[in-house]
Amino acid sequence: MILDGKAPTGPIEQSWDKHRFDMKLVNPANKRKYKILMVGTGLAGGAGAASLGELGYNVEAFCYQDSARRAHSIAAQGGINAAKNYPNDGDSIYRLFYDTIKGGDFRAREADVWRLAQVSNNIIDQCVAQGVPFARDYAGYLDNRSFGGAQVSRTFYARGQTGQQLLLGAYSALSRQVKAGTVKLHQRTEMVDLVVVDGVAKGITVRNLITGKLESHWGDAVVLATGGYVNVFYLSTNAMGCSVTAAWKAAKKGALFANPCYTQIHPTCIPQHGDKQSKLTLMSESLRNDGRCWVPKKKEDCDKPAAAIPEEDRDYYLERKYPSFGNLAPRDIASRAAKEQCDDERGVGPGKRGVYLDYQTAIDRVGESTIAERYGNLFEMYEKITDENAYKQPMRIYPAPHYSMGGLWVDYNCMSNVPGLFVLGEANFSVHGANRLGASALMQGLADGYFVIPYTIAGYLAGITPGTVKEDHPAFKQSVDETEAQVNKMLNIKGKKTVSELHRELGSVMWEDAGMARSDASLKNALKRIPEIRDEFWKNCNVTGEAGELNQQLENAGRLADFLEFAEVFAKDALHREESCGGHFRTEHQTDDGEAMRDDENFAYVGAWEFKGVGNEPELHKEPLKFENIKLAVRSYK
Amino acid sequence: MNLTLHVWRQKGPEAKGQLETYQAKNVSEDQSFLEMLDDVNEDLIKTGKDPIAFDHDCREGICGMCSQVINGKPHGGQERTTVCQLHMRSFSDGDEIFIEPWRAKAFPIHKDLIVDRNALEKIMQAGGYTSCHTGGVADGNALLIPKPVADYAMDAAECIGCGACVASCPNSSAMLFTSAKVAQLAVLPQGKGEAKARVKSMTEELLAEGFGNCTNHYECQEACPKGINVKFIATLNREYLKSLV
Repeated sequence: MILDGKAPTGPIEQSWDKHRFDMKLVNPANKRKYKILMVGTGLAGGAGAASLGELGYNVEAFCYQDSARRAHSIAAQGGINAAKNYPNDGDSIYRLFYDTIKGGDFRAREADVWRLAQVSNNIIDQCVAQGVPFARDYAGYLDNRSFGGAQVSRTFYARGQTGQQLLLGAYSALSRQVKAGTVKLHQRTEMVDLVVVDGVAKGITVRNLITGKLESHWGDAVVLATGGYVNVFYLSTNAMGCSVTAAWKAAKKGALFANPCYTQIHPTCIPQHGDKQSKLTLMSESLRNDGRCWVPKKKEDCDKPAAAIPEEDRDYYLERKYPSFGNLAPRDIASRAAKEQCDDERGVGPGKRGVYLDYQTAIDRVGESTIAERYGNLFEMYEKITDENAYKQPMRIYPAPHYSMGGLWVDYNCMSNVPGLFVLGEANFSVHGANRLGASALMQGLADGYFVIPYTIAGYLAGITPGTVKEDHPAFKQSVDETEAQVNKMLNIKGKKTVSELHRELGSVMWEDAGMARSDASLKNALKRIPEIRDEFWKNCNVTGEAGELNQQLENAGRLADFLEFAEVFAKDALHREESCGGHFRTEHQTDDGEAMRDDENFAYVGAWEFKGVGNEPELHKEPLKFENIKLAVRSYK
Repeated sequence: MNLTLHVWRQKGPEAKGQLETYQAKNVSEDQSFLEMLDDVNEDLIKTGKDPIAFDHDCREGICGMCSQVINGKPHGGQERTTVCQLHMRSFSDGDEIFIEPWRAKAFPIHKDLIVDRNALEKIMQAGGYTSCHTGGVADGNALLIPKPVADYAMDAAECIGCGACVASCPNSSAMLFTSAKVAQLAVLPQGKGEAKARVKSMTEELLAEGFGNCTNHYECQEACPKGINVKFIATLNREYLKSLV
């Protein structure tokens, strides 16, 4: 099937404005008749639920943590992009649009990215109005810094905790609506199934994580803002509870999953300390404004302390390979460059899987206190984990799985191919192409939540009668029964391996075979191993406890079961895409100097997969990508 | 290293809980506290016992989920460190470690080390916001906020909402938590308009939820993993007095 993203036609500069006028509205007095379910309360979900509540819709929001403020958006560090051009250094909506399309290696839909760049300015204004304490200069104006893949300073920030502050802004707006009675919050509640009636999304099944009880919720529309899936690698920068479950359950009910192989490996994370590691910690990209990446030029120097290696023996490899972007080369490029140095046996630290991120030059230039002001909490975080003082010796960093550009397929209205199912933020595939630029995730989450969904959901709701399908519809009971059956099946396996052990095994296969460098052989190995681990899960996993209680092992088991199905589609997507683009690097498709080589003639499309059951081949649907405003070019940062 | 853990176990809110003893073996210095607990849980699972339930998520000190009192101190007592950031190099071979949940009337226990902190949500819902509608707001640079004011607001805004302040306070007061939000919004022009209503409704909610009042122990500041300062409580008190005028 050829998919239609329903992007508006005509000049792109007017596309979003025109679309908003063309879409139907819901009369103010009618809004309260519609019930919208929002799953996930991060930047996209929290902002979306708050905005929809303000408009007068009846919103029910769900999160698995004990508070809407715990969503993993909270951990984002470095900043949020916007095309304000306050520094007067050449930025514009067009340039942000261009940088994002290029940064995505020409694999995103133009109209969606234009819209993102356009509303980016409104986001900053909204956050300021909420009292988000962005960094300011002495006269009181907002401050900016630079991020990878851009030659302008367009990133707004709040120390090294921008995600936290933006989320708390959305959370405060959400709290106001909870108080006003327009939003009902269900905390400690996890979505475990999507309910579809006659092909239309009409509700969800959730599990109350305290009582274990399965509950049904009907909605006139279901919005998934459930984040990314890089916990498929087990070790990632995600929170422990982050999973593909909500998106995957939607996929099992017919929602297409687009570009699952586009995963982002972040170049600067704290290296693994041992095999008991439970997650990897991010060190913000913003550090690369002032930090310089290097490894020793000589292998024999790798065991020496950094201070003992003179300047001329240091290989500042990003500056060497990419003179015009240097240390601010985009993430996929910086990650592969770090791996290349370590594969060449010039890595540092335990296990020799690390490179240096050195601030000495910057400290000499602006002083330690300025560096502390810009990044203070990040240096502190680093010290707590490694017991090393990064003001006195360089930070050790290594790439780690961080973000998923792939996600559920959506059209220009953020609606999936299943009518009534909307997907926002990292959970959808839409704007980042094959590689997301730094400081763009925060931008997308809030763009979708504050400024896109309130319009596009109206366009859908205006065409349906509210409340026609409620929990008494048999589809809800069927969903609960099926979920209960799966839960009981897991509890009855009573095998020998723990959920963690099996998750680690999956993660190890995914990292080795489908991580930074993929090949025909490695992906075929993954496709052999994933079903083996999945079979072992269902035959030999030990899931303790009961269904009707607080049971963290059961929660983890459910999430792993979904990863074990999803991983296969991910690997198939990677195998079928015989080109390299952004975060998807096929060793068979690279230039002479080791850069990604795209095949625009054969692969300039979105690969959206239809799941056809475990053990069956998923079906590929394509959405061809047309670039009318930006010329397809080789993506170079040299 | 090998350690002996005494962990609070409680099957449910009405159940009688107690401390149970476990051995943590072959713990590496580089492991985090929660990774050490994960290992203990793996052993419990393998020997057919119920693993210890505890709240956690980000494991990098920012989400506020993790909430354990370690050897009598919320988050373990290391300066500016959450439980999940605590690493085993802070302990020695043979140590005994007591692990308990946050204890406060306003935080009923769900199970083992997991408590219900919805009372903190209610305080936020009572007024922890500026009443701005999405869209229709001024340009970000229209309001000039001098750096010292922005920095002060940011210092207050760093609260992660974990509740360690409540757990450490002899009165189980939530004043540090409440004052952090009140102070952040009171000094910013965006928040000034509603400052009087905000401080009143948030402090009323604080008392309604069963938290105690503040009698200046400063245990909260000591326990706070983000270094939130009691000066914000002073700010709240000032704002409260202003609201009465």
